[in-house]
Amino acid sequence: MIAHAVFFYFFSFIAIVSAIMVTAARNTVHSVFFLILDFISISCLFIMIGAEFLGMIMLIVYVGAVAVLFLFVVMMLNVAQQKNQWFGSSKSSSHIPIGLLVSLIIFVELIIVVGGWKYKPDLLNSSTITISSTISNTHSLGNVLYTDYIHLFQISGMILLVAMIGAIVLTFRERPGLKRQSYIKQISRERKDGVQVVEVESNKGVKIDV
Amino acid sequence: MNSLYILFNETYKILFLLIPVLVTVAMIVWLDRRVWALVQKRRGPNVVGPFGLLQSLADALKYIFKEIIIPASSNKVIFILAPIITMTLALVAWAVIPFSENLVLADINVGILYLFAVSSLGVYGIIMGGWASNSKYPFLGAIRSAAQMVSYEVSIGVIIINVLLCVGSLNLNDIVLAQKNMWFVLPLFPMFVIFFISALAETNRPPFDLPEAEAELVAGYQTEYSGMMYAMFWLGEYANILLMCAMGSILFLGGWLPPLDIETLKFVPAPIWLIFKILFLFILFALVKAIVPRYRYDQLMKLGWKIFLPFSLIWVVLTAGYLLYFNLLPVQT
Repeated sequence: MIAHAVFFYFFSFIAIVSAIMVTAARNTVHSVFFLILDFISISCLFIMIGAEFLGMIMLIVYVGAVAVLFLFVVMMLNVAQQKNQWFGSSKSSSHIPIGLLVSLIIFVELIIVVGGWKYKPDLLNSSTITISSTISNTHSLGNVLYTDYIHLFQISGMILLVAMIGAIVLTFRERPGLKRQSYIKQISRERKDGVQVVEVESNKGVKIDV
Repeated sequence: MNSLYILFNETYKILFLLIPVLVTVAMIVWLDRRVWALVQKRRGPNVVGPFGLLQSLADALKYIFKEIIIPASSNKVIFILAPIITMTLALVAWAVIPFSENLVLADINVGILYLFAVSSLGVYGIIMGGWASNSKYPFLGAIRSAAQMVSYEVSIGVIIINVLLCVGSLNLNDIVLAQKNMWFVLPLFPMFVIFFISALAETNRPPFDLPEAEAELVAGYQTEYSGMMYAMFWLGEYANILLMCAMGSILFLGGWLPPLDIETLKFVPAPIWLIFKILFLFILFALVKAIVPRYRYDQLMKLGWKIFLPFSLIWVVLTAGYLLYFNLLPVQT
């Protein structure tokens, strides 16, 4: 399958180059765009190995929602010109040692995880996992996710909910004197609440109270 | 030779899909203006060609010969990329739309997720255009548009879950075939209404066209664009509207199926039915544009997050409960 190999190298080349460009780009907004390109090529790779559900969810969640928020923050805070550069500039940044340390730790952790990788011993004896060429992997993923791993699934949902509530609590502040629109109030307003017929005497005028 | 043959064959199929879509997009602009004019008791475009049918071609010709002005302070690469991305994404999604049981370019088993993903990427063309213009109005328009599209995507996603519960498959052809006896518009009518309104917001159509509200933002994210680049934004927008109509007709109106499963109606070819349904939904879009005033921005957000999202979530629970209780959950082997 030469076409397969060509596409694989094409997407992985783009993924690696754009991952480097995320850190190397001079403009922060460009960095976010390279990050998006990286996400897209990674999801293409997922689709190529047959994990089409994962690839599509990656596109929807990361590219369609998370990266939009990144872009928002970067654009709104106007940090475009404040970025330190490590690449192609004479003045090097002081963050490089810390960054190298963090990436080294992550690299070692990944090696440990991949080195100690083992399938669950009773994985293939499970009643719900069916490996067959006629069932699409989205279908079998659904079968497993909502039966064997339902508790993990619900716990991760709860964690996301707690994180969301936490974010709302942290950013919520009640501003006094804010006028809000209430549809019920608007609809239930009647003529006698708003209109008053006043007999105006000649030469006297009328006092208007609001 | 064999791979070369496959390449030519696929190219031929892609062109066979893309050229009708592009021509339809051009015609649909004419239809939109025509319906809008008829509602307001005007004539609309009626000069170029019979009934003004060639108006869009004349407009396109005009755009091609206009100069493309790129602002000096803009970010040039992204400025040029933005309309290209809008247009490409709007056309790329058509690959999975089934026009009949066999007439589909890519019959992938996560078709509906693909459609959803591509339509959620559509926001990038707008953000990029607005940011790269380096000007106040486009930037404000882009921010409004991005917030609006992300918000309404959420409710569209939940509505899709409703339909998927009744189908049990992510494949678009399976979704169509599941409606053989009854279109989903009948049992899920409230979802259809919410889908329609969310589609209006997702494509920045009136009454939710705040990103390009003339009175406040000149033309929103398109303000700095001119010539063919503006036309590409425009074409991409209309291709997206058509795509939303196609999605609505596949999810709720039975796609390429004739109504009521009557034998005599099957003499009409399947693609014709789909095109009829798309046109029907599009005329509704055009009517809404003509008769509804523009929303205020806080009302728009309130509608999306506080009304549509809870309502469609509750409807998911209702649908799931109903299907489970009456043992109707679709089981696929």
